Amino acid sequence: MADPNLHRPMALQQTPVILPGHDFETVTETIAEIPLARRFPLGWVGFILVSLALLGALHMALGYLVMKGIGIFGTNQPVGWAFPIINFVWWIGIGHAGTLISAILMLFKQQWRMSIARFAEAMTIFAVACAAIFPVFHTGRPWLAAYWLFPYPNAMGLWPQFKSPLIWDVFAVSTYATVSVVFWYVGLIPDLATLRDRATSKIKARIYGMVALGWRGSARHWHRYEVASLILAGLSTPLVLSVHTVVSFDFAVSVIPGWHATIFPPYFVAGAIYSGFAMVLTLAIPVRRFYGMESLITMRHIDNMAKVMLATGLIVGYGYSMEAFFAWYSANPHEQFMIYNRMFGQYAWSYWTLISINVVMVQFLWLKRVRQNVGLLFVMSLIVNVGMWLERFVIVVTSLANDFVPSSWAHYTPTFWDYLLYAGTFGLFLTAFLLFLRFVPMISIFEVKTLLPQAKVEAEH
Amino acid sequence: MSHRLDTDSTQMGELDTTRRGQAIDLKAVRSKLRENVPQVWRSLDEVSDTAEFKKYLHREFPSNASEWLDPVGRRSFLKLMSASMALAGVTACTVQPQELIVPYVRQPEEEIPGKPLYFATAITQGGAATGLLVESHEGRPTKIEGNPDHPASRGATDLFAQGSVLTLYDPDRSQTILQLGDVRPWNAAIAAIRGGLSAQSASKGAGLRILTETVASPTLAAQIQQVLVTYPEAKWIQWEPVNRDNARAGARTALGRYVEPLYDLTRADVILSLDADFLSSDGALNLYYMRQFATRRRVEENADNLNRLYVVESDYTPTGGRADNRLPLKSSQIEAFSRAVAAGVGASGVSGTAPSEAAAFASAVAKDLSEHKGRAVVIAGDSQPPAVHAIAHAINAAIGAPVSYVPTAEIVPSEQNAALRELVADINASKVQMLVIVGESNPVYSAPADLKFEDAIKRVGLVVHSGLFFDETATYSHWHIPAAHYLEAWSDARTIDGTVSIVQPLIQPLYGGKSPHEVIATMTDRPERNGYDVVREYWQSAAAAFGRSGETGSSTRQAAPTRSAQPVSPKPGSEGTAGEGGFEKSWRKWLHDGVIAGSAPQAGAAAATVAPDVATRVAQAGAPIEGIEINFRRDPTIYDGRYANNGWLQELPKPMSKLTWDTAAHIAPKTAEDHDLENGDLITIEHEGRTIEAPVFVMPGHAKDSVTITVGYGRSRAGRLGTDTGYNAYELRGSTAPFFGAAKILKTGEEYDLAVTQEHWAIEGRNLIRSATLEEFKKNPAFVKEMEHAKEGKRISLYPDKEYRGQQWGMSIDMNACTGCMACVIACVAENNIPVVGKVQVKTNREMHWLRIDRYFAGNPESPDAYMQPLPCQQCENAPCEVVCPVAATTHSAEGLNDMVYNRCVGTRYCSNNCPWKVRRFNFLLYQDWNTPTFKLQRNPDVTVRSRGVMEKCTYCVQRINAARIQAKREDTPQQPRLIRDGEVVTACQAVCPAEAIVFGDINDPNSRVAKLKASPRNYTMLEDLNTRPRTTYLAAVKNQNPDPALHNNPMVGHHGSTTHEASEGGGH
Repeated sequence: MADPNLHRPMALQQTPVILPGHDFETVTETIAEIPLARRFPLGWVGFILVSLALLGALHMALGYLVMKGIGIFGTNQPVGWAFPIINFVWWIGIGHAGTLISAILMLFKQQWRMSIARFAEAMTIFAVACAAIFPVFHTGRPWLAAYWLFPYPNAMGLWPQFKSPLIWDVFAVSTYATVSVVFWYVGLIPDLATLRDRATSKIKARIYGMVALGWRGSARHWHRYEVASLILAGLSTPLVLSVHTVVSFDFAVSVIPGWHATIFPPYFVAGAIYSGFAMVLTLAIPVRRFYGMESLITMRHIDNMAKVMLATGLIVGYGYSMEAFFAWYSANPHEQFMIYNRMFGQYAWSYWTLISINVVMVQFLWLKRVRQNVGLLFVMSLIVNVGMWLERFVIVVTSLANDFVPSSWAHYTPTFWDYLLYAGTFGLFLTAFLLFLRFVPMISIFEVKTLLPQAKVEAEH
Repeated sequence: MSHRLDTDSTQMGELDTTRRGQAIDLKAVRSKLRENVPQVWRSLDEVSDTAEFKKYLHREFPSNASEWLDPVGRRSFLKLMSASMALAGVTACTVQPQELIVPYVRQPEEEIPGKPLYFATAITQGGAATGLLVESHEGRPTKIEGNPDHPASRGATDLFAQGSVLTLYDPDRSQTILQLGDVRPWNAAIAAIRGGLSAQSASKGAGLRILTETVASPTLAAQIQQVLVTYPEAKWIQWEPVNRDNARAGARTALGRYVEPLYDLTRADVILSLDADFLSSDGALNLYYMRQFATRRRVEENADNLNRLYVVESDYTPTGGRADNRLPLKSSQIEAFSRAVAAGVGASGVSGTAPSEAAAFASAVAKDLSEHKGRAVVIAGDSQPPAVHAIAHAINAAIGAPVSYVPTAEIVPSEQNAALRELVADINASKVQMLVIVGESNPVYSAPADLKFEDAIKRVGLVVHSGLFFDETATYSHWHIPAAHYLEAWSDARTIDGTVSIVQPLIQPLYGGKSPHEVIATMTDRPERNGYDVVREYWQSAAAAFGRSGETGSSTRQAAPTRSAQPVSPKPGSEGTAGEGGFEKSWRKWLHDGVIAGSAPQAGAAAATVAPDVATRVAQAGAPIEGIEINFRRDPTIYDGRYANNGWLQELPKPMSKLTWDTAAHIAPKTAEDHDLENGDLITIEHEGRTIEAPVFVMPGHAKDSVTITVGYGRSRAGRLGTDTGYNAYELRGSTAPFFGAAKILKTGEEYDLAVTQEHWAIEGRNLIRSATLEEFKKNPAFVKEMEHAKEGKRISLYPDKEYRGQQWGMSIDMNACTGCMACVIACVAENNIPVVGKVQVKTNREMHWLRIDRYFAGNPESPDAYMQPLPCQQCENAPCEVVCPVAATTHSAEGLNDMVYNRCVGTRYCSNNCPWKVRRFNFLLYQDWNTPTFKLQRNPDVTVRSRGVMEKCTYCVQRINAARIQAKREDTPQQPRLIRDGEVVTACQAVCPAEAIVFGDINDPNSRVAKLKASPRNYTMLEDLNTRPRTTYLAAVKNQNPDPALHNNPMVGHHGSTTHEASEGGGH
């Protein structure tokens, strides 16, 4: 493929998706040496210790939760859903970026996706794993909720209630998790074979050999691989839209003002991609620095991701304005009170914080200077994640705390255990992610190679 | 314990009282046994009463174990217990403990396992009885209902009667006879009392005092009077901390005698309440008045039926909430107000001017009263001084009020505070050597602070205390005898109109308690008599006396104090009273009916006229209090503190403040502003040189510069729930100004957590509550329809409408009748095994009440209107909860009910989120007490006991529907199909409601009461525009305000946008 910068004026020239100086060997070397290294980098060890501590906290929180009941959280009447559901939506939303990158951008043949797709997908899987903890454990009886929500044949002839959005959720999220894992793993197979071949110890060769499923790189293998990944990309693409649409139905299908809104599906999907890209940036920026991957994850990637954030952030901002408009236009006093309450009620601080992040701050991404400032982007991506968490807080908590009957209005305050469980899922996420960085090639070796000029020459033969 | 449970065929009452131990072939033991017969003994060690055995006993029983008294030891014990419970829960599939079940050898009469029996009895409180029907499951009383044949009940009960069944099973009740902490047998106690008495015989009992609650039991009064005959110098003091001295003294001032005014509110078009909460807490006829009042609030047939209620009061009470015109006024100014009204209606020479801010109100009221001569009534509150009562009597005489005067319900009326003051003076003068305290008045805790009762009681040589709990007074007593609960003991009790009921027990005493009759009997020449014999013998002789004299009844019920021991004569049944057989027949009928027919005095039995010189008798006007005034009131839920250990009552929100587990100093919003106070701020209250701390509760509509605090909290020995809860207002209350006096308040700067179930009091301009003035209603009876903001009949649904061929249920709640008394809420708790969650959980908004009463204030915060809205599950036809449950744990029944399937519930709480009324309740933790054995006895076996993690909500008492259905199906034949008849299913909330505000029934039957009410023009649906089609609907309030422009009238509510956002004003988070 021709260099995209060839016919552009200097000002619009883009950084290439792979910096000059790489050949097949250096690409393989740079990426594969990390999982195959003998020693554990000191920084990595430090991070994993923190992550393991948080993972321990997760176990403690879950153990205490099962022992005592969900009363250890701040959830109450009328706020029947709070931190767990907010965290669930937040984690699921984060996952969306990975699927978007690996599936939709693949179908659209966006080359810049190749060097970030692998770990974005890993992020998706780990985020979905974190998310899945909440809907199960926030129930009163998780030991039953874990399987009664699935349609399984039983002696009593009882089925789930298919009218309930929570059942749709079960299908949406479990499908999403399955497809994501399969897609990710299929994409890993050629690289795992590379590791197997380069392994210096017998044990490593054995393990990588096993998980590489006998990949030999034959033309037939490559053919099957291409077909499979195309099919999986095709399967994943609707999931990017459907999963968060279904999650938004949890709210939109209800009757509660602030939940019952037709704009929710697109607004939720955009919000998910917005927060997902923020998370990819949060992870990519330190990782490329730490592992010296600036030549593979270039400023071009960073810039593109910031642009996606800007675009989806604007959609989210549109969603906020439409919520307010609908409330006014509906002439429904409950709807009108809902938006009034968000702006000036007991949780007004959360509303204005999220507006200043998701509507105001995101406008700075119009500036190339901002998009090119890696440190600033890192901070902004963190803030965007806070903002998107607050968005779910506003939707879930403020709507429930002040709904139809004023006598039931109340205040919700999270407890220590709410925070601990949330922090604990970071433990799970980071532990999994750090293990991924250490033992799996974080960038797709064979795909990045196709970006090299050498690859193109051969392809043109 | 089992033998106590399975043997009582209580229905006609022959209770096997005691089981005696068998003699053993050992001389020493035999002699011990002879003098010291324990009811049951376990070893010879016990009989010989060795020190080792005592020690063993002390360690053996947790109730006596020293760990329980040591808070730290108790805490670690509880921790261990809970940890082991938690571990037991973790293992889940444990082997059930082996339990042997012995079937009935002989089937008790009428007992069908699984079917409850109902027995008539009565509860006495505040010196008057309420007749009850108690539901008994296999010998366990589980639920209290009112006795429809009893004049003070008419099928309804108040919240205390509902809660009393939990006190019966309270594991903290005193369980053993104690002498200075040592466990002693009953006959040792008898010996001690006899010993004390014999020391008194020389002085004819000059050193003997008997302190009881207000006695409404003819038998007990006769027993005590018999003791007083033997010991003529002894004194009997009746005393309760919240007594009716003012009403008694006022009656004596105006009428010359202690009599009870009995108002006929059905004939009253205009009612003026002078600080009288007659619908909820004043006097003892709340239920009676509430029913009468409610009949005059129905406007369906005749709009002019609507009465008009004026209330002048300091605190905001439920009666004030029902007022058409209400004036907040300091208690100390109400006397001046009443004088002005009396002058206005021309009541025999009484003159005076109302305080300036109340002048317009007083003249408007006086005008209205004068215009309704013969159809208007003035009621004075028990907390108002005697002069106000006397003036009220004078006004009633002047306007020809429909009031009759009857003898008091207490057998011997007295002025109690004076008697207690005299007792303390006698003790301090070393005149008292023996003090017998019977009942729950608990003077060490509750006596006026200036009397220093706890110092005085130490000077008495022998103090014998009998009460349900080892309370503050018990700790100062030499002997403590556990009392039998009224559901465990025989007695009798009179109510306000004079009707007497026999109190029959439902169960053998759980802890070997002794009834007051048995305790007083120890002081007579036959000390070891059981209550049954005493009561029966009294009535036998009463019946015989009647047979001889042929009198009609109330010959001995003098209004003035008397020492007459003559019994009250019952009117015999038609069968006559001749002979034992005849008496047995009457006795059985009395027990069955719950009332002694004809025991009420005939009309005019206590005819009284207001003295012509009443004006001079009340000439000395009480001075209004400058500055801050403190008011002491009875607590709406824990009474005078006696229910402090009752979880149901502690957790029941107070009707107006919705506060639980605490008392608070109510102040007006203006006073709060003046002193820079907010809800929960701790203040110091100083009164007569004494100070206490108390948290503030800002009560809209409270009188300015006035503080109201309820007594009953801050107990030091109430039990596990009641001890150290809240602040003790008794420490502030003196004997000279028991209800109000001058005070100072000071902000401390500290804060205190108040657990309130309704934090938000404004309606936010929503049409949930709808009201109109009488004029508006007459102009447009269907005014509620105009308040709807969705088009009528626009009922679209994705699903076809369900057809109900048989029956479908519905409920109608009349907001014009409801006073918000909370009896329905606690009835629901008792019926449906609803757990108590505790203050911390209430504070986090996790109370479990299936039915709540929403209280809204509307209008000017200084003098707002109050609206009460009972809110059970709305049982929607298009229920939003049903569609969102992922496991179909809440489904629609064939009769339209919205059922909860506890077994299937996994606890997503989605149903609750999607419920616009937020009536669903979730078991966030294991709230139900699964361990305490006595609580297991209390539970309704027809209702599932829910566990952790499950959603629950109002079922329309589906267990009662099913019971009725079983009955209907048994009588159903193809020739004559039998449906459940109207009125056959009465929900727990409906049954208890004194105002008959709740009506339940089949809405498919156009002739059912509920269907007719739903056809009323006042009928409306909450949140109709959501199209969920609730089966519970409301009848809008119609207020009969005095249109006089000089009076402040708040606008009616229900028009959308008619009221501004009161969020800033009425918020209160």
